[in-house]
Amino acid sequence: MAKYLSALLCGIVFGLGLCVSQMINPQKVLGFLDVAGAWDPSLALVMAGALAVAGTSRLVILHRAKPVLEAEFQLPKATHIDTPLIAGAALFGIGWGLSGFCPGPALSALSLGIPEAYVFTGAMLAGMWLFQILQSPK
Amino acid sequence: MENFTPYSALSGGVLIGAAVALLLLLNGRIAGISGIVGGVLPPWRDAVGWRLSFLTGLIVAPLLYKLLGGQLNVQIHASLPLLVVAGLLVGYGTSLGRGCTSGHGVCGLARLSARSAVATVTFMLSAAITLYIARHVLNLGI
Repeated sequence: MAKYLSALLCGIVFGLGLCVSQMINPQKVLGFLDVAGAWDPSLALVMAGALAVAGTSRLVILHRAKPVLEAEFQLPKATHIDTPLIAGAALFGIGWGLSGFCPGPALSALSLGIPEAYVFTGAMLAGMWLFQILQSPK
Repeated sequence: MENFTPYSALSGGVLIGAAVALLLLLNGRIAGISGIVGGVLPPWRDAVGWRLSFLTGLIVAPLLYKLLGGQLNVQIHASLPLLVVAGLLVGYGTSLGRGCTSGHGVCGLARLSARSAVATVTFMLSAAITLYIARHVLNLGI
């Protein structure tokens, strides 16, 4: 039970961060990506704040033998730079640039009852599902 | 730079970093949103419960923010067909590249992963070029 409550808390804190930083607003995000328009550097400071906290705290956290509520840390093992990584990031970037939505803000915006967020999130889930179908072993 | 909001951007970023740190400390997991969502869809290769809890928190957070007196402005100019195309690309692309803004851009960069740095530079460039063409060349009104 505790591990579900902690995950819930982390989701809330993450979502509040998206609200406070206004990254939940696609036009705010596009203001950063549009270097030819009225450029808004805010997104860079959001990343700087997040990286400062996440980067320094992980040095302390990973000294532990295991996380507080689980048996082990589950960290990404992949280190290679390959075609799927670059192609996937490039495709994601096209969708992000067209909409201003990446997965976190799109999900958070669902509770505000914005129809566009539902359309985007539905299509995003379909895209993820499509990948699972095409990539899963036959 | 009249739209620049440095203080709210930094404090929001600190909250996001705190969520990333807490999820690692308590659950031993990486707070990459696309990965957390992808794991909720079939086939279920990994635990689903903590993912649903995290996503519930992420989704209710704006309501709490408003309850606490916060003001939210969510402006979307893209048309519905364009949002469908964008959503499909974001879903497929983050699955193929195994990460999004949070997974590669925050969690990956925080552990100085070269793989995540390449992904982050790629999606930033791709998004900026796409937006330039869509907004300033094709005048799609986004």
